[in-house]
Amino acid sequence: MPRNLTYREALNEALAQEMERDPSVIVMGEDNAGGEGAPGEDDAWGGVLGVTKGLYHKFATAGLRPVAELMFVDFMGVCFDQIFNQAAKFRYMFGGKAVTPVVIRTMYGAGLRAAAQHSQALYPVFTHIPGLKVVVPATPYDAKGLLIAAIRDNDPVIFFEHKALYDLTGPVPEESYTLPFGEANVVREGSDVTIVTLGRMVHTSLAAADELAASGVSCEVVDLRTTSPLDEDTILESVENTGRLVVVDEATPRCSIATDISALAASRAFGALRAPIGMVTAPHTPVPFSAALEDQYIPDAQRIVNAVKPVAEWRR
Amino acid sequence: MTDSGITSVAMPKWGLSMRSGKITDWVVAEGDPVAPGDDLADIETEKITGTLEADSPGLVRRLIATVGEDVPVGAAIALIAPPDVPDAVLDDLAARARAVIDAGLPEDDGAGPVVETVEAGGRKVSYAGAGDSGDVVLLVHGYGGDRNSWLFLQEPLAARHRVYALDLPGHGTSAKDVGDGSVDLLADAVLGVLDAVGSDRAHLVGHSLGGAVVLAAAARSPGRIASLTLFAPAGFGPSISAGYVRGFAAAQTRRELKPLVGQLFADEQLVTRQVVDDLLAYKRLDGVDAALAALAETLLDGDEQRIDSAAAVRALGEVVPVTVVWGSADRIIPAEQASSVAAVAPGAAVRVIDGAGHMPHMERPAEAQAAVEETIARAG
Amino acid sequence: MADTLTKDQLLTAYRTMRTIREFEERVHKEFATGEIPGFVHLYAGEEASAAGVCLNLDERDTIASTHRGHGHCIAKGVDVGGMMAEIYGRTTGSCHGKGGSMHIADLSKGMLGANGIVGGGPPLICGTALAAKLKGTGGVSVAFFGDGGSNQGTTLESMNLASVWNLPAIFVAENNGYAESTASTWSVATDNIADRAGAFGMPGVIVDGFDFFAVHEAAREAVARAREGGGPTLIEMKFTRYFGHFEGDQQTYRAQEVAHARAELDCLTRFAAQVTADGSLSAADLAAVDGAVAILIDKAVAEAKAAPLPAPADLLTDVYVRY
Repeated sequence: MPRNLTYREALNEALAQEMERDPSVIVMGEDNAGGEGAPGEDDAWGGVLGVTKGLYHKFATAGLRPVAELMFVDFMGVCFDQIFNQAAKFRYMFGGKAVTPVVIRTMYGAGLRAAAQHSQALYPVFTHIPGLKVVVPATPYDAKGLLIAAIRDNDPVIFFEHKALYDLTGPVPEESYTLPFGEANVVREGSDVTIVTLGRMVHTSLAAADELAASGVSCEVVDLRTTSPLDEDTILESVENTGRLVVVDEATPRCSIATDISALAASRAFGALRAPIGMVTAPHTPVPFSAALEDQYIPDAQRIVNAVKPVAEWRR
Repeated sequence: MTDSGITSVAMPKWGLSMRSGKITDWVVAEGDPVAPGDDLADIETEKITGTLEADSPGLVRRLIATVGEDVPVGAAIALIAPPDVPDAVLDDLAARARAVIDAGLPEDDGAGPVVETVEAGGRKVSYAGAGDSGDVVLLVHGYGGDRNSWLFLQEPLAARHRVYALDLPGHGTSAKDVGDGSVDLLADAVLGVLDAVGSDRAHLVGHSLGGAVVLAAAARSPGRIASLTLFAPAGFGPSISAGYVRGFAAAQTRRELKPLVGQLFADEQLVTRQVVDDLLAYKRLDGVDAALAALAETLLDGDEQRIDSAAAVRALGEVVPVTVVWGSADRIIPAEQASSVAAVAPGAAVRVIDGAGHMPHMERPAEAQAAVEETIARAG
Repeated sequence: MADTLTKDQLLTAYRTMRTIREFEERVHKEFATGEIPGFVHLYAGEEASAAGVCLNLDERDTIASTHRGHGHCIAKGVDVGGMMAEIYGRTTGSCHGKGGSMHIADLSKGMLGANGIVGGGPPLICGTALAAKLKGTGGVSVAFFGDGGSNQGTTLESMNLASVWNLPAIFVAENNGYAESTASTWSVATDNIADRAGAFGMPGVIVDGFDFFAVHEAAREAVARAREGGGPTLIEMKFTRYFGHFEGDQQTYRAQEVAHARAELDCLTRFAAQVTADGSLSAADLAAVDGAVAILIDKAVAEAKAAPLPAPADLLTDVYVRY
């Protein structure tokens, strides 16, 4: 059994091992080293939530496969042109003659009372852009393998880390390894209802699945891992087996991953579906500050259970 | 069996790191008679599923653990006793056993198996040991496996021997660089571990490619080897499933890997999602696929076996006890090659296990264990 | 000034400017026939800026451009035939017809692309300048942008970043008086774009954009500063574009300065006058270049018109290296 690391430590290890292996990998971002230029503050931070801590001291030189940090994905507005009009499109616009191997790591997600401009789950926006790849790991094992894969990938990758997952622990091999993009992970097998989900919602969905199992509903939980590319085959195969689908997505509902997966299943697995597709998402609102409201905003296990039961029971 | 004739059937320890298991199906019911070797229950662990067999005769009087619950290793899950043992006695024992299960898993004291490493031939080789007395036994897995392949054997053998299992180069947590991928390079690892544990007389057990490796190690250092137990060893005939060997190295997804892994077993149900996931995670480590590709070319010459183990076993078979064990339903290396072994080493014992596939040490662990013990005993 | 440049350099300068001029004049003509798809934004009138700056650059150096990018492309050595085919949307174009006029690029020549986003270039050259600095190539990176682009947040951020990171970068503001139809006198808060340089910790210089030699000298200094680790410079060219913001622009917003500029200020006319006056080049030298360029442009247009369009399958290619 490999040793346990936190999600944060798994990311740090991925960065360190890749920088060790390939001097052209560089890390960039505000406060990633520490308080640059402020005496006595060197490496104090390692990024706002500590992901890059210690790297500055190990890797002073650099090269050009940047792993840039977009601290909170909510800040995308101030640099979005560079991401979606420039980096995403160089290869296509320049007739295949450009390679843009950049990774943009970014934090997403609600639950820390960080309020509307520090809590969004904006991966649908990036998923929508041809030329970008979008990765949303749910576990420390997935985080390290997908980040190493992202660094070695020659396309622009937006790498989404849920802020509430940084302290999650799990087994992580010491050696370097990669996970492929476009491969979803069936984290729980089941026969009655397929739950497709991603990121932090994987854990919430598993908790809901436990509760549902106690009342006799067997859920299969599919963790997308990457939304672009998307593992359509695994999703469709699961829906073909269960005939019932609920998508759980922390993002707001319009033009979200929930709607995207629902449309996929409705158009490609229509014959297998035995119930309407259910979606559990945040409401169409900004993220509220007050704890009482934010806890309502984020889908929890009970909401998932309440959404799955009618889908499981639905009969013509 | 206690003096009163009651046998307490415990959750077995399969593998050095197993801490608990779940019964997925009781094969027997209360009141059934059982004989040694009869299936009692299907058990699922983090690593694998297997079937627990009875090792003594009697009547199944109480089933204590229920299907689906986590049971700590060593906790009693059933009671087998003759019909004349009073119910009150059994109820009392069962209640106490039930309380042990209900108390849940003890705190992980972190005292899992200690994994050691040794530098052999300039490569880091991992190994883990169990048992603190008796002869040294070294278990060597096959292509694409690791030291956990022996999870059904290592603990039981450790009752009477010092039992080590290593990860060959390119596998497990050993260094992934396999150099020229030759059998001799792999044999360096075997000899290196024997050095590390201070053994000058060891029983070697090898599976498939590991069988050829232990033979090569023994041929280089015959004075150090007390006996050889070979499970479906490579190098005794031209036939081999080249499709399996190359396919395993090339597979990139679960979809590609699952059917290949299924070919290893006579009963494909043994291939759980966890088994495939663990293999996929192994293959995704840096350097593994390159190592497997190199080893595939060690195993194969076109579509036939490249290794020739005959000379080694001929030389050794006159000096040390050799047993070869083969599953009759082996789809990777056909079981008839067992007779080729016997042909070149007339003193070798041959055991064909009816209905087992290429992994008899996982599919029929009781018989596999018996074969190893018997070979060790012949060594005197 | 003419005597600090060799005859070869002078011929190169003239050929660059003449090629740009004839290319743009021809595209202007051809666009009016309706055969060229989309938008084109012509650089005619501004040739001295592209030529004067780029003559100071070599293969280590990169430039980023604007929607008005043909001049920069030509000055940096992008193949003229490929450019014309790209403008016509042909598969033989610099970008296989996938980019068009506003996205012509040739990374092998350090040309990071024309850019459809105002202010899109400066952040890019901060990246290439950082790479050059970290790799120790001695290369410099130049961002060309307009008076409209000089107001973009991305441009201002890039200047600040280039300063604090001491990057080998050069910011060239090509002030032709208009951002689309908005006069720069209205939209730029300072009298000169170059006045902003001090606010970003770098030197600023104003140059007559019609004067090749003035441009060349200002750029030479900025390039030397950048190569020697002295950090970025802001150069402001003042001149006029001869055509509209885009082809089809009725230019009702303009003062009548184009006729005057063509007659009295034109960079090619002035260059020719100066080099023939001091004997650096002869009229015959210049005429030879004129003739060669005419043939080059004719050939480019003929080949572009005859070249195949991309195949339907090309729609889906090169979104990713590997998906």
